[in-house]
Parts: sequence; C-alpha cells; structure tokens
Amino acid sequence: MISFTVNGKPVTVEDPPSTPLLWVIRDSLNLTGTKYGCGMALCGACTVHIDGQAVRSCVAPVSRAEGKKVTTIEGISPDLTHPLQQAWIEIDVPQCGYCQSGQIMSAAVLLAENSTPSDEDIDEAMSGNICRCGTYPRIRRAIHRAAEISKQRGAK
Amino acid sequence: MSVATEMKRREFLKAGAALGGGLLISLYVPEFVPAARAADSAAKPVALNAFVRIGTDESVTVISNHSEMGQGIYTSLPMLLNEELEADWARVRVESSPVDAVYNHTVFGLMMTGGSTTTNSEYDRFRKMGAMARIMLIAAAAQSWNVDSQTCRAEKGFVIHTATGRRASYGSLAEAASRIAPPKDIPLKDPKDFTLVGKPVHRLDTPSKTNGTAQFGLDVYIPGMLTAVVARAPVFGGKVVSFNADQAKAIPGVVNVVQVPSGVAVIAKGFWPAKLGREKLEITWDDGPGAALSTVEMRANFSTLSKTPGLVARKVGDPAAALAGAAKTITAEYEVPYLAHCMMEPLNTVVDLHEDRCEIWTGTQFQTGDRAAAAKVAGLKPEQVTLHTTLLGGGFGRRANPSCDFVTEATEVAKAAKVPVKVVWTREDDIRGGWYRPMWYDHFAAGLDASGNPVAWTHTIVGQSIMAGTMFESYGIKNGIDSASVEGAADILYGIPNLQVDLHTPKNEVPVQWWRSVGHSHTGFSVEAFLDEVAHAGGKDPYELRRTLLAGQPRMLAVLDLAAQKANWGSALPAGRARGIATHFSFDSYVAQVAEISVEKDGTVRVHRVVAAVDCGRTVNPDTVKAQLEGGIIFGLTAALKTEITLDKGRVQQRNFNDYPMVRMFESPTIEVFIVPSTEHPTGVGEPGVPPVAPAVANAIFAATGKRVRRLPIKPEDLRSA
Ligand code: FES
Ligand code: FES
Repeated sequence: MISFTVNGKPVTVEDPPSTPLLWVIRDSLNLTGTKYGCGMALCGACTVHIDGQAVRSCVAPVSRAEGKKVTTIEGISPDLTHPLQQAWIEIDVPQCGYCQSGQIMSAAVLLAENSTPSDEDIDEAMSGNICRCGTYPRIRRAIHRAAEISKQRGAK
Repeated sequence: MSVATEMKRREFLKAGAALGGGLLISLYVPEFVPAARAADSAAKPVALNAFVRIGTDESVTVISNHSEMGQGIYTSLPMLLNEELEADWARVRVESSPVDAVYNHTVFGLMMTGGSTTTNSEYDRFRKMGAMARIMLIAAAAQSWNVDSQTCRAEKGFVIHTATGRRASYGSLAEAASRIAPPKDIPLKDPKDFTLVGKPVHRLDTPSKTNGTAQFGLDVYIPGMLTAVVARAPVFGGKVVSFNADQAKAIPGVVNVVQVPSGVAVIAKGFWPAKLGREKLEITWDDGPGAALSTVEMRANFSTLSKTPGLVARKVGDPAAALAGAAKTITAEYEVPYLAHCMMEPLNTVVDLHEDRCEIWTGTQFQTGDRAAAAKVAGLKPEQVTLHTTLLGGGFGRRANPSCDFVTEATEVAKAAKVPVKVVWTREDDIRGGWYRPMWYDHFAAGLDASGNPVAWTHTIVGQSIMAGTMFESYGIKNGIDSASVEGAADILYGIPNLQVDLHTPKNEVPVQWWRSVGHSHTGFSVEAFLDEVAHAGGKDPYELRRTLLAGQPRMLAVLDLAAQKANWGSALPAGRARGIATHFSFDSYVAQVAEISVEKDGTVRVHRVVAAVDCGRTVNPDTVKAQLEGGIIFGLTAALKTEITLDKGRVQQRNFNDYPMVRMFESPTIEVFIVPSTEHPTGVGEPGVPPVAPAVANAIFAATGKRVRRLPIKPEDLRSA
C-alpha cells in the first residue's frame, strides 16, 4: 500500500509499487485528465507534478509518490482561473486537446520557476511535450500571455 | 481523406442547392428525438429537429454528426446552426449524435468525418436546421399571443412581438414549438447579414481541454470493465499458429488471455498488468509472404517501375512530341516513405456486449462502418449496436478505417472474453500497426522552350491504392485509377500545354490508408519541388514562373501573390537564410506558402518562418481556419524533416517517438496565416495546409545551398557542408 496526496486529497493505493504513476492515477484513481501518449517519457502527455516538479508519470513508479504531493491537471485550479488556463482559453490553444493537460502542467512548472520566460526558455521547458496537432505557436503565445496575467494579478 | 471523386465534389458544390432546395424536411422531423444525455437532467430537453434541442432551462444543444478531432467542428457547426436559430450563443452546447441515417454525410451517404468536407457539406443543412427551429419557435409564440408570425422576430433566445414588445424565451416556447408543423419553405439569411458566421468565435470545447474534463475514448470507464492489449502479428498479414499464456496469466491483475483473428489479447484489471502480460506471451506466428518485404527492395522496384509507362490518368496535348521538340529537357525522380498517423491519443475502443445489444464508445471518424462491423462480429443488427462518439485525440484519417479494424478487433475481444472491455493500443502498436500513408515514387520529365517556359510535363506515379479492395472502391477507382493516387498531380492548375500523368499501382501486404491530405501529401511535394527545378532550369524566378503559369487561375494567383507579398519575396535576408515557395490546390481550397530556412553546418534544417495564404471560400470561424493551417504546417514539417516507416524482413523498424520523432516546440517556426476574403461556398481547411510546406522548405534549401532535395524526410547527412 502506498499513500500520497493527489490534488490535496490523501489517497492510498494497492497497486504494485513498480506500477507507473500514470496508470495508478487513471485506472485506480479514475482521474482521466492525465494522458498516455508514449509510455517512454518521450511526449509529455502524462506530465504531473510531484512536490512541484514536472514528472513524466508514465515512467515514474507509483512508489516515487509515497508521502508526496501529486498534482494533476484537475488540481491546478478548481474553476479555470489558473493564468495558464485563462491564456489557453483566450488564445484558443487546443485543437484535439489530448496533449494539452501535459502542456499546461509543463508550462506551470516553467512559470513557477521563471515568471517572465523568454522564447528560448519556452523552447527549453516545453520541448519534451509533443503536440501532433501543431499548437506550438499558440502554446508559446499563451505562455507569454499567462506570464502577463500573473503579473497583472500580482500588481493588484 | 478524399473519398469523393473530384466529380462528386463538384456535383455537390454546384448542387449546394441540393440541400438548400431539396432538403427533405420529413427526414429530420417529425419526432426524431435523439436520446438526451442523463446530464441534461432536470431541464426537459425538447428536440425541434434532429440537430437541435432546446431545454426548458434555455439550454441549446446542437447535435453534431461530425467528429471533433481538433478541427473545431464542435464550434463551427453550432455557429452555422445558431446563425439562423438566433439563440443566445452563450447558452449553446454541443453533443455528438447517435448513428442514424438522418446524420449521414450529405455527399458520402454514410456517417463519417473526413476529406476536409464537414463545413462545405453541412454549410446549408445546419443553417436550415437552425432556421427551421426558429420558424417553429416564432410560430408557437405567435399562436399563443394570437398574432401573425410575420409580426414577430427572434433575438438572442427570445421571440419578440415587434409592435407590443412582448417577449417569450425559447425555453418557454420549446414544447409548443415541437408541436408546430415544420415549415416547408426555409429561407436563409443573406450572408451579408451574418452576425456569427465569419467572425472569430472562441471554441466551445476549449475550457474542457484545459482542465482535464474533456472526455476522449481512452477516458471512458464503465462498470466491470477490464482493459485489453492485443499482441498483433509482427509482419503484415501474419497469423497466430499457437501460443502459451502461462507466464502472462501469472502476472497479478491479468484475468484472461484470448485469441482473436488479429492476434492474442491479454485482458487485465487495468492497462499496466495487461501490457506486462502481453510481454510474457509466447506466440508462434506464421508470417506469410509479408516477411519478404524490405524497404530497400521496394524502393528499387518502385524506381524501376516509375521509368515505365503506367495507366494514363490525364493527357493534354502531345507531351511526347513536345518533349522531343523542346529546347531543353530535365528529368527527376522523387520519393516519399510510408508514414504513420501518430494521433496523440492512441487507438482505443470500449465494448459492452450483451446477447441482444452492444454498446460502444470510441473516437471514430467512421460511425456507420464501425457500427456495422461491430454488429457483424456480434451477430446483431446494426440498430442493436449503440455507438457513442467521444472526442478524438487526433484523427488525421486513421480513425476512418475502411476495414473498421480497431472497432472490429475490440468487439472480437469483448466477444471472446465475455466482459466489458477497453482495448488500448500502445504507441508501439500505433507506429507498427500499418494503415500508413503509402510510399510513393514519382518520375518527372519536363520540356522547356527557348525562353525557359515549360511546354511539356510528364509525371509517372508509383504507389499502392488506398481504396482498392475497400467499400470505397467503386467511388474512388475509375478505369484502374485510384483518384487518391493522382490527386494534386492530374489536376494541377498550372497552364502547361502538353501534359501527361500516369500511374502504377503495385500491391503488397502493407495496409495503407488516407493520411491527412492523402495523395496531396506526396504530389504537393513532388510537383512543387519539380516545378522549382523547372524554374531554375529555365532561368526563372520560382514565384514569377508560377505567376505566369497561373494566369488562368485567379484564385490561386491571388493566394500566391498574397503569400509572396506578406513574406517579402525577393527582399534581402540575413546571411545563410533563404526562402522557398509552393502552392497547392486540394480539397477545393487554394494555398500558397513561403518558408524561410537556414541549414546548419551539420546539415540540420532550421525552419524560421512560414507564411501561408489560403482561399477556402467563405470562412465560418476564421480563427479555426488559421489554427488548421498552423497545425497542417507543423504536421507537414514533421513529414518533411523527421519521419519514415521502413521495413526489414517484413518488420517495421520504428517503434516510438525516439525513432519516429515529431517536430517539437524548439523546431516550430513562426507561422503567419492570411485568409483571402471570399464569398464562394466554403471548402476544405483541415488538410490543405499540409501539402505545400515540404516543397516550400525543399525549395528554400535549394536556394540556400544549391542542393536539391528529392526525397523525404530530408536527411541532414545529405546537406552537411564539407
Ligand atoms: S506518456 Fe509519458 S511522456 Fe509520453
Ligand atoms: S492539441 Fe492535439 S495533440 Fe496537441
């Protein structure tokens, strides 16, 4: 049995410790916002946060979450008010949308560490996330926009 | 995909009226009431026709018969409907339709999404459906107020009696409206009065795609459901001889192992044990003739074939004589590889099979076919199968499989395992699973006159047929020519007086399928890159030569000029940078692109900027048009720079994004999209952005380095500077 919190709620799961966190989140906890895309840490669709760090949950054994705080896309805001969500909606970033949970989770860590990322910073932080629909130009715009929204909020 | 032949399309477009004038009201009403979703709950939803329900709580639900796979159709179709319905846009929601003949594609006669046809085929029907509902709502209000309908108008979800200012909301009128006889005559607005269509509107599905609530097929969980992964033959056409599942069954969580026609399915409590179980299977396969396939050999064979005459798809003038008499001739051979679709969401299907009914959840582009296929496996009638279309995590054609492979297989698994089951494909299954964009070879010859203008053009194409042997064969294959094999080549818009396009259609075991932009994905590259060769051979600027040859094509000429102007064609660039230009006509839309690139010492191509211009007729949601062009360009860049499927001893040599890599953020260029305003009937948008980008990049590489790229993907080792 492994215990951790997901989006603030304590959970205990019985999956074998080597089971990737992704499948525990999806199949055992039924939080389906976190996606499967490759299973090899190559696409970023499964990105979640463990204690604030971006983690590819498809290759992270659930044992790694023991006693830690896991955040999934469902947990970044209760009401679409995270600056990234606002910016994503304003710019209509998603197409099929399948990669977008992972994109937002990666971008959230970037913004937490760097409130005004440059294009190069975005390249660096976001190149682990594939978008087959090709929304990269909009993701880039939306990250800049989210940084702006955060700044405006902070100024208030 | 391009299921309709060009002819069919034209007939349809001309008949635009077909829908306008000949709309069979009786098909849509009376009382065709799609089952409401439980979530609609308290508020009573009232169906005014098959495409719209109005709730007593003022909710407006538009029923979409087309699948949302990223192209924004869950917003565009409601926009069309509401343009006439005049409900409050803020209340408009969308839901996927059940499978029923009433929802059939107006051209294909089946329920399906593809060929970049949704907007053009539904442009009239959805507006008619909105207008029909509005007329009925107004009639219901007029009846209750005892006034003439003509004296009432609709506005933002209310019917208003103009003289008295009396108002009634749509929700309060819905039930009475549903009892009004549907109007026979449904006039539509003059497009100049549109208030919604043609304006940038936020997508209805965006919020749910930013908080994890959007439901894709993979996200469907039903009570008692187990998860299956299937071990499929390592060689196309291979069959199971025998298998041993002892070790697989020893994995905790594995519940059952069953054989199905496509392989061996491991069924478990969740994906992970199923996948671990599959790794432990011991299977003896009969590979069959597919085991002999190798890309190296196929390339040699295709190349040889491309130099022999094929079946003539189009002939204009006397190309042989014109070539013989030309002042200068050039020839070239082009090739592109097999490609996998790689939708971000791998294929999956949930099947809940009972003796007398079956329920299926899947992200499909081909509902009618999939439902019939499932029914056949289950021994049921199609009407006994309920198919729920979820959101699609990408489609690109793969989810409109002519043999209904993924739904058929999932139904087989459910039947063998006798439990509700979700079959999940891994990324490796996706990349190795076939149904690829065909590999193609093209052989060209061109003859130039003394002033450098092309007077002869011959183009021999070699590649498998997509439609042969499928239910689309009679549609798409005429006189042995698959229209998808020669599209973008036989119908080029350039005015070349002597032209011939012919085709060889070799057969082999590799299953092939439509892949975003289908035949255009290869002809766009080969035709536009060879035309660039012709321009240089004749000492012409590639943009100017295109202008000359497009003299009789005002719409293409306009997009070409717009793209060139926005990209500052001809102006100086920083050292090392160069531009390339290409146009392509596909899915009845006109696109031109200019790519700005540089090539690094190690041969890596950097694409800095792509400027695109498009004429796709009247736009419904302009921001969606831009998004589709942006996405098409990135999709095309991945094909230009990154991916190929190759075979050795019948085995696919790629497996995941490590060796089948996608363009990523750091490789993504700045993209600018310009739309040529038009009042023509809307045409395709989802696919036409793909074809021109590879040739624009290849032509820019020539401009930068003098090296001609004739094969995709572009390999850095071929471009390395000494
Ligand atoms: S699914 Fe984890 S990185 Fe692709
Ligand atoms: S939006 Fe479809 S994969 Fe990114």
